Amino acid sequence: MPSTFSQGNFPLNVESIKHTIDQNPEWQLEEQKPLPQKKVTMELLDHLERLALVDFRNWEGVERLEKAIQFADQLHEVNTEGIEPMDSVLEDRCLYLRGDNITEGNCTKELLQNASQTAEEYFEAPPGNIPLPKLEEHESFLQDSN
Amino acid sequence: MLRTALREVSTALKEGQVSPTELCQRCLSLIKATKFLNAYITVTEDTALRQAEESEKRYRRGQSLGDLDGIPVAVKDNFSTTGIETTCASNMLKGYIPPYSATVVQKLLDQGAVLIGKTNLDEFAMGSGSTDGIFGPVRNPWSYSKQYREKCGQNSHLENEDSSWLITGGSSGGSAAAVSSFTCFAALGSDTGGSTRNPAAHCGVVGLKPTYGLVSRHGLIPLVNSMDVPGILTRCVDDAATVLGVLAGHDPKDSTTVQDPFNPFKLPSVIDVSKLCIGIPKEYHIPGLSSETLAVWSKAADLFENAGARVIEVSLPHTCYSIVCYHVLCTAEVASNMARFDGLEYGHRSNMDKSTESMYAATRREGFNDVVRGRILSGNYFLLKQNYEKYFIKAQKVRRLIANDFVNVFSSGVDVLLTPTTLRDAVPYVEFIKEDNRTRSAQDDIFTQAANMSGLPAVSIPTALSEKGLPIGLQFVGRAFQELQLLTVAKWFEKQAKFPILQLQEMLDHADALSHQKISLSS
Repeated sequence: MPSTFSQGNFPLNVESIKHTIDQNPEWQLEEQKPLPQKKVTMELLDHLERLALVDFRNWEGVERLEKAIQFADQLHEVNTEGIEPMDSVLEDRCLYLRGDNITEGNCTKELLQNASQTAEEYFEAPPGNIPLPKLEEHESFLQDSN
Repeated sequence: MLRTALREVSTALKEGQVSPTELCQRCLSLIKATKFLNAYITVTEDTALRQAEESEKRYRRGQSLGDLDGIPVAVKDNFSTTGIETTCASNMLKGYIPPYSATVVQKLLDQGAVLIGKTNLDEFAMGSGSTDGIFGPVRNPWSYSKQYREKCGQNSHLENEDSSWLITGGSSGGSAAAVSSFTCFAALGSDTGGSTRNPAAHCGVVGLKPTYGLVSRHGLIPLVNSMDVPGILTRCVDDAATVLGVLAGHDPKDSTTVQDPFNPFKLPSVIDVSKLCIGIPKEYHIPGLSSETLAVWSKAADLFENAGARVIEVSLPHTCYSIVCYHVLCTAEVASNMARFDGLEYGHRSNMDKSTESMYAATRREGFNDVVRGRILSGNYFLLKQNYEKYFIKAQKVRRLIANDFVNVFSSGVDVLLTPTTLRDAVPYVEFIKEDNRTRSAQDDIFTQAANMSGLPAVSIPTALSEKGLPIGLQFVGRAFQELQLLTVAKWFEKQAKFPILQLQEMLDHADALSHQKISLSS
């Protein structure tokens, strides 16, 4: 049985369709007005790296970040005067909280199984309180470890 | 048999026309024959056969668990599955074996469903093509369909096939391809910005995104906690309703599921749309929309009008800001959610051991692809003290404006919105990768994203074939928690559209000739 939208109907004569849909497009996708280029400083990048820890302090990371910021800047065109921020679509409800009773646990073995370095019943970590090296030292630091 | 709907197969199983193990084996064979689609990351052959045997015992005793007993299903690889590797298509979780199953997975298993495998996706569900995972891209089964190849004058030389295959859309591309190519009867996807509906449209299957809070996210490795929803992919609307019936409902382990009682429903067989009001959001008509999709959308609107429904133009004025808003909120939540991957308790761990910080950074550099790392970096930028108000809070305010747009429309008498799902039909992989992930996501999520922003239920229905012989889907967006109404309208439309079945047999015969294994889609 031919489908309702079968091939024989294409290309449709758009004018002849009793249309509810206005045939003229409403707005442009990604209309990016030229904005002053955000400069991502070395200091900012170091700071972000300490927070993000993704080791993206190279030209590619910077380029991505700058594009992302430029894209996000379009938000400022919107008038949000008097509008409250929305955390969740369920904000009008009281969400369920379990009673403070222990219902599961005692699965140390299963949990430790997934970790690559453990010792007795501990997850083993390298020494802490050592700050991440700054960008200039970065390159040599990585090379040392390899 | 593999092409039939869930309910029919279920009846066939109850009547003994086919056994669960037979069904399972056929699906497994078909998966092997369609391996080039790369839809599956893990095929759980042994556990599936075991589950099928258990199901068979139940059927023999006349004690089947329900409509899903013995039915092969697939699950996107960002849902935790006990004892089965769960990778999120990322090096970070390669080899990770969860000690628990996601609630939705457990619910399927409790109903006797047979888990046939974990499907491929974009890494951590970030993307709209299912091309950016470590296991490689997923191929759209329609690339090999009779419908497409006839239209595009393809000869059957394998060399030509290899460069012109099409993407599935994403990020639940593996699940969509699995359902589309008949290797399972239903699949779980996830939907944060359209990741279930987008590939559903491109692969010609039904993709349902339930209302936020209806289905548990416990065990779904999170992307954006305030927008993520488990998605359902099936070959018809009735099947989607069946699966929803099993999955929906409050979960004490997910405090963002609502406590309202959920009653599973069966969709009516006789549907009257004459009392409905269908809204057509004018802002969804954008220049990038293909003329074919526009024509299909127009025709659908006419269909409803001719059936007596009231079809009106409505306005969702903040539509054009939804992608930007999503960009900020998504990256911010991602920055937070991805912080758990530090190599200590699970997942990949770098050999770097000079300090915890450097180990974390190296682990994350090695474990995440550029898309993920880029989003984490951007997210952290928007969350900086000096930017918090300007970007994050601002985006949250814009989110409210977008959600309010829908509230206004639905309170003015509109029952369901009708929109395109994607801008156009599926593109070839070689074309898709010319633009970067962020650009593509921004383009491809345009129609689907706002439903996640507002938490509303939405479903993509395969509607027509394009001039190239590829699926075009249309989307219905409903009121919160009104899945019954949404799916009823969708079912009526599905009946009208009579979307053709994917004709893969020719391709499989070709594969047969190479592998000397007879695979048949017919009973």
